[in-house]
Amino acid sequence: MKAFSTLLDTLVYTTSRNRKLAMIADYLRDTPDPDRGWALGALTGELDFPGVKSSTVRNLMKDRVDPVLWSLSRDFVGDTAETASLLWPQNGEPDENPPSVDEVVQLLSGLNRNTAPKELPKLLDRLDANGRFALIKLATGGMRVGVSARLAKTAFAQAFDVNVEDVEEYWHALEPPYTELFQWAAEGADPPDVSNRPMFRPFMLAHPLEDAQVEKGVDLKDYAAEWKWDGIRVQLVRVTNESGVAETRLYSRSGDDISASFPEMLDKLPMDAVLDGELMVRGAVQGGEEGGAASFNALQQRLGRKTVSKKMLAEAPAFVRLYDTLILEGEDLRENPWEHRRGSLEQLMGRLPSSHFDLSRIVEARDFDHLAEIREGAREDAIEGLMLKRRDAPYIAGRKVGLWYKWKRDPLLIDCVLMYAQRGSGKRSSFYSDYTFGCWNGDPDAGAELLPVGKAYSGFTDAELKKLDRLVRQTTLNRFGPVREVERTLVFEVAFDSVHSSKRHKSGLAMRFPRIHRIRWDKPVHEADRLESLQSLVRD
Amino acid sequence: MSAPFSWIKPHPWGVEVVPAGAFIDPARAVDKALVTHGHADHARGGHGETFATPETLAIMELRYRTGAADDAGEIPHKAMPVEYGETIRLPGGVDATYIPAGHVLGSSQILLEHAGERVVITGDYKRRADPTCAPFEVTPCDIFITEATFGLPLFTHPPIGEEMGKLLSALEGNPEGSVLVGAYALGKAQRVIAELRAAGHTDPIYLHGAMEKMCRLYEEHGVDLGELKLVSDHSKDDMAGSIVIAPPSALNDRWSRRLPNPVTAMASGWMRVRGRARQRGVELPLIISDHADWNELTDTIRQVNPIETWITHGREEALLRWCELNQRRARALAMVGREEEDEG
Repeated sequence: MKAFSTLLDTLVYTTSRNRKLAMIADYLRDTPDPDRGWALGALTGELDFPGVKSSTVRNLMKDRVDPVLWSLSRDFVGDTAETASLLWPQNGEPDENPPSVDEVVQLLSGLNRNTAPKELPKLLDRLDANGRFALIKLATGGMRVGVSARLAKTAFAQAFDVNVEDVEEYWHALEPPYTELFQWAAEGADPPDVSNRPMFRPFMLAHPLEDAQVEKGVDLKDYAAEWKWDGIRVQLVRVTNESGVAETRLYSRSGDDISASFPEMLDKLPMDAVLDGELMVRGAVQGGEEGGAASFNALQQRLGRKTVSKKMLAEAPAFVRLYDTLILEGEDLRENPWEHRRGSLEQLMGRLPSSHFDLSRIVEARDFDHLAEIREGAREDAIEGLMLKRRDAPYIAGRKVGLWYKWKRDPLLIDCVLMYAQRGSGKRSSFYSDYTFGCWNGDPDAGAELLPVGKAYSGFTDAELKKLDRLVRQTTLNRFGPVREVERTLVFEVAFDSVHSSKRHKSGLAMRFPRIHRIRWDKPVHEADRLESLQSLVRD
Repeated sequence: MSAPFSWIKPHPWGVEVVPAGAFIDPARAVDKALVTHGHADHARGGHGETFATPETLAIMELRYRTGAADDAGEIPHKAMPVEYGETIRLPGGVDATYIPAGHVLGSSQILLEHAGERVVITGDYKRRADPTCAPFEVTPCDIFITEATFGLPLFTHPPIGEEMGKLLSALEGNPEGSVLVGAYALGKAQRVIAELRAAGHTDPIYLHGAMEKMCRLYEEHGVDLGELKLVSDHSKDDMAGSIVIAPPSALNDRWSRRLPNPVTAMASGWMRVRGRARQRGVELPLIISDHADWNELTDTIRQVNPIETWITHGREEALLRWCELNQRRARALAMVGREEEDEG
């Protein structure tokens, strides 16, 4: 655990991407199996110990530390694991030779909700504060050390001088501690055999299209346009193994297996294939009746579930709107140009049940002006914007310049008044960086009130954050733990993608992707927008 | 006879000693000030009579008379030196005794006695040994007015030897480069240097220009800091493999570009919390504080064992809670303008 906790700590304090890569690569080279594999699993978020939850740790602390002192400390630090690691009342001295990562993983895997509160303290007592931090992070997931799964895989590739896309391909068919992956990369063994496993293929992604590029360079003739549907990007994979049993899995954008959340999709593919599409639920918002997809809001209630009720399956049935064919009945089509793959996809449609699949249609336009016109019309249909795909491009993992573009419509804007501010987490734990803002429920000069309509924590610079933090501290009216209510003095121009009705909020509205667009230091608060302006934008 | 302790009156800008017409560490200019130590949030310029230790007065002199641009325009005060252990009689029959606080050079607690009642105001203090200043002395009293800068149970400062070890091994690991240590110019910088010397590091240590005068002042008061050089007099090559000390504000400043491949360190009690170190772009956090940590704050209250504890500034809520849990009377004074982030 010593090397692992030191790695986590140095990662926390290092901002340079190259230095992070070098540190992880060093660790992976110097650490024996299976410790390094577990560490890699931890960094990529692949470890799960169902017996230990963040609440397990909180409850342990509740029994040992005064609740007021705990919550004051937790607010100050901004991270439960770190606070617990610092406040843990150590019983005896930490071990001279702390347990290995493997030993810790074995112990944690064996825990359940009943045994965890008894066993976890023994483990915590064996470690010092940094070790405890590493242990709690490991046990509860979510490292938050500024390392993405992609960065960790890149570091792996760098450590052993292999191709990162190969690592991605094998990755999703393997499990921690990735012994086969290390044997291949570090010891020159044959690559892991993944042909019979329903594994994830890295997605092809798009760059945003800037207006400047539209004016010069990008010729619409070379591209096909499609709507950018507002669901979640998925990959549906079906593979039949040696014994003739077919297995289907559904993967999210990041390669997470989300099959359990959408069981209705798992028996609908009649042949082995790897398909790329947008998962949505049935409804009449996106693309009107013809489009047949509900708003993202409707999809959201289906996300992140381990089991799905019959009621939910009936009320919000999912389907996939297909974009692309990567592999079809054993044939890898990824090297083929888009046009060719599109042809295969169109032919395939007749063999798929229309209840669960449809085809993302091509948007025809004479030129960019015409396309822009069509795109603006999409506002009414609550679609995110357009995708442009190069007709002769193969399917290439990652974001390669010039092949795919996303052309989002401009965001909606509204002027809101800052009402509450909350301290951030991690790096921002001493700053009031999360802002709740509201609109007037009538004429502010005739006694109207502000009602909160959203919350945002991005869209401003570090210098602006400092200024906002100062304003919050100077204009505080009330304190509620980490939240401060402030005097109504500041107007934010808030950008957002769409707005939906919501029972959870007093204003009856919920914004999607709100972020601070501009800080209107100059604008008097009574000139901020009224609720009715926001209501008029609702599309549910 | 007036109510008990009515002669001592807290205001947001300072504690008033009513019969004497004097204030302790006032945040605004007053006729008569009792100053605990030289940090800017306690020692403001522009007072009339200023009672403080000779060391504190020398520090104030350096800062306000010859001082930096932002102090310009302050009216010079009238210095009234008080030695450690010395008791002075203030108007209205109040006796004031200056007692070492262990915070920085010249720092003191002030014991006030009037009508048989004893009040101690700590200013800022720490309990750890520090080669650059006299150690804190526990002084029994009725009202103990304490700071609480690190008044959360998560703050436990490790032994300074461990932190010096981290610093020296970072230097070893970067022999062609340098380690840049952010340290508050008054107190922390000199303590880090003195501790490095105590740990056997005899190489020249390089200083940011803003550190020089205060280091010289410490040396004049008998604190040996070894060989010190100014960054501005040297090339990158000269400084390879060296420790450089600068004020925290210079860490992420363009100034640091003149150093050979620096690892950025910071010496502060706040470094206990990862988010704080990250906020400042610190790669090597050194948990070194000139304030009492949680255990020392609570131990000190137990040892002093006052009838009532007043808390001037810092994380007063948590310390109040501790007093409540331990059946001790306490109140928070909500002092303004105290505690600069850099000075922990």
